[in-house]
Amino acid sequence: MRALLTNRNFAIGLLLTSVFVAGALISFLWTPHDTSGVDIANKLKKPLSEGYLLGTDHFGRDILSMIMVGARTSIAVAVVAVGIGIVIGVPLGLAAAASQGSLMDEIIMRSNDLVFAFPSLVIAILITAIFGPSAVNAIIAIGIFNVPVFARLTRGAALSLWKRDYVLSAQVAGKGPARISFEHILPNVTNLLIVQGTIQFSLGILAEAGLSYVGLGAQPPIPSWGRMLAESQTMISFAPHMALLPGLAIVFTVLGLNLMGDGLRDIFDPRIRREKR
Amino acid sequence: MTFFKATVTASAVLLATSALAKTDVIVAMQLEPPHLDPTSAAAGAIDNVVYANVFEGLTRFGPDGSVNPGLAESWDISEDGLTYTFHLQEGVKFHDGTDFDASDVVFSLDRARAEDSANAQKALFAGISAVEAVDPKTVKITLAAPNGSLLFNLAWGDAVIVAPESIEAIKQNPVGTGAFKFDNWVQGDKIDLTRNADYWGTPAKLDKATFKFISDPTAGFAAMMAEDIDVFIGYPAPENIPQFEADPRFQVILGNTEGETILGTNNKQAPFDNVKVRKALAHAIDRQAIIDGAMFGLGTPIGSHFAPHNPDYVDLTGNSQYDPELAKKLLAEAGFADGFKTTLKLPPPSYARRGGEIIAAQLRAVGIDAEISNLEWAQWLEQVFRGKDFGLTIVSHTEPFDIGIYARPDYYFQYDNAEFQGLIEDLSVEADTDKRSEMIKKAQNMISEDYVNAYLFQLAIPTIAKADLQGLWKDAPTQAVDLTAVGWAE
Repeated sequence: MRALLTNRNFAIGLLLTSVFVAGALISFLWTPHDTSGVDIANKLKKPLSEGYLLGTDHFGRDILSMIMVGARTSIAVAVVAVGIGIVIGVPLGLAAAASQGSLMDEIIMRSNDLVFAFPSLVIAILITAIFGPSAVNAIIAIGIFNVPVFARLTRGAALSLWKRDYVLSAQVAGKGPARISFEHILPNVTNLLIVQGTIQFSLGILAEAGLSYVGLGAQPPIPSWGRMLAESQTMISFAPHMALLPGLAIVFTVLGLNLMGDGLRDIFDPRIRREKR
Repeated sequence: MTFFKATVTASAVLLATSALAKTDVIVAMQLEPPHLDPTSAAAGAIDNVVYANVFEGLTRFGPDGSVNPGLAESWDISEDGLTYTFHLQEGVKFHDGTDFDASDVVFSLDRARAEDSANAQKALFAGISAVEAVDPKTVKITLAAPNGSLLFNLAWGDAVIVAPESIEAIKQNPVGTGAFKFDNWVQGDKIDLTRNADYWGTPAKLDKATFKFISDPTAGFAAMMAEDIDVFIGYPAPENIPQFEADPRFQVILGNTEGETILGTNNKQAPFDNVKVRKALAHAIDRQAIIDGAMFGLGTPIGSHFAPHNPDYVDLTGNSQYDPELAKKLLAEAGFADGFKTTLKLPPPSYARRGGEIIAAQLRAVGIDAEISNLEWAQWLEQVFRGKDFGLTIVSHTEPFDIGIYARPDYYFQYDNAEFQGLIEDLSVEADTDKRSEMIKKAQNMISEDYVNAYLFQLAIPTIAKADLQGLWKDAPTQAVDLTAVGWAE
């Protein structure tokens, strides 16, 4: 843990990320104002107005509250999407590595290539356009593209582990490939998965914001950073805070997660750690 | 300094010359027409493109809503008011070169009023019992009963004259008699019109006109600011108007429309088949908040389906004052003390998208959970207008004097009231102005007290144009973007 916190990247990233995670968590219990109602009389208040720390939007909704609840949407979409990627992608990668060179390996990896070959955001737009825009469809769309990322990573790392002596001895001891994968391979790729998960998490938040921006993510009245940005666009000349604040929220969350990912990689990778010392 | 001044003058001269040379215009609108036959669909976007530009009727609307001669140069009305004799313009040709004569009028009107006609406004022709060609330049229309609004009815986009030779392909390749010819349609992008060199009347000033469809308000703002477009009809982001007003490159024209913006309610779908629930809806909604929030103050509150600038208008907003407590009480009486769930399907215009968010919030305050789904225009026409698969929707009815749609039980909000249908039928054959006025007022009252839909506001039409573009209509007395008199200042 100390190693974690002395890494500057990780510490800054953790701080940034926790601010938004905390905001999202607090929003379940309390927000400065209700985000589901509109209050036209108080529309377009500048930041630091009385009662509205970050001002209000064109419907008189408190922007701080919107960002807090929007964080919930972003984080939820990204967490589940990364979850889908890990739950499906990791076993696929392990299976492919365990059966290296076999037909199954080929089928798994070539299907992954197929998914990889599509521009992810375009497919996400396609999926939401067919099944209707909603947060759930956005999650599925973003989740699908996390599958090959994790499958490849897992397979690549697992392949080198399969040549290790302890895996050979486990094989000699009569353990089957499935058991070896989960008992000996998986624990040794976890570090990599955590680093990649953090990065994918930040990409998920970006993708969610992008989909909401074009109207295909969470639907109103659920607040979402991307939609806040889209709605603010025509008002940017007289209410720049409406665009700036959700934009900064996205920037800082994504930056935080990336810094965390970098930090974790430095910490987990013994070669880099040694160089730094 | 003198040098600097000289440069400025020189560039001003340069600018002026380039403006002189300009003979085309790019008109942006938010909605793209589904096809281009104004005589077989209700979509206003069709008329916006083709009315007066490509197609003309016997009579036509002027910029102030007055009825003027169109393809009929003059007309005589018989003593008993039952026979109208129209004298047609000389030398009129359709764009494909065929002659326009009385037989085209007979064809067009018979087609529109036929049993199996696809015309969206068949009621306009209801009182006509016969259309005959007396000679190639004279048409006689016989009515079953006197009808004071025949000339008005014939000015509608739904009553334009089409040719039997080109009717097959009219949806994709409209052939009319207007000052502009249809040239090209890039679906999802634009429609090009070119000047009709053989036009019978005053020729158009422009050589070319392009209608561009920009549904996203942000993209519209950017396109206007970058001067990619010359004019935006029905500019969708009213919050930017002060900015355009302050910019010397642009002029802002704020006009009235015939657009009653309503919260369309599916009268056949439970629980909206209960008048108490509809009344509760009406009282749950704060119109002023919608006008201020969605339209930045542009728009006049209405309490019935009638335009406030019409002389027969009655202010019925009192029937549905904002009163959430009353709304809750009414819902409880109707057996929905805990509220209910419904759908709120929104077409692309910003009055609908933004108004929808505000209305959903206001309904939530009285316990009604209206789930918003944002639809594209074609989806909306399919699901809501034709499919009637909706609970609530928001749309602006931009046809003039269209209270008659409430007499059509198959119209998308499905209001079925025999008494009202009888009233509209009587109205269509009544010629006496005083009696008409009385009946029109009664009709407004009836649908207002029946809470058929929740009436929100009369849509204003902001037009943003380049400062030196002239001849645009200020108001929208009908669905039309008449470009025949539009030109650049010299």
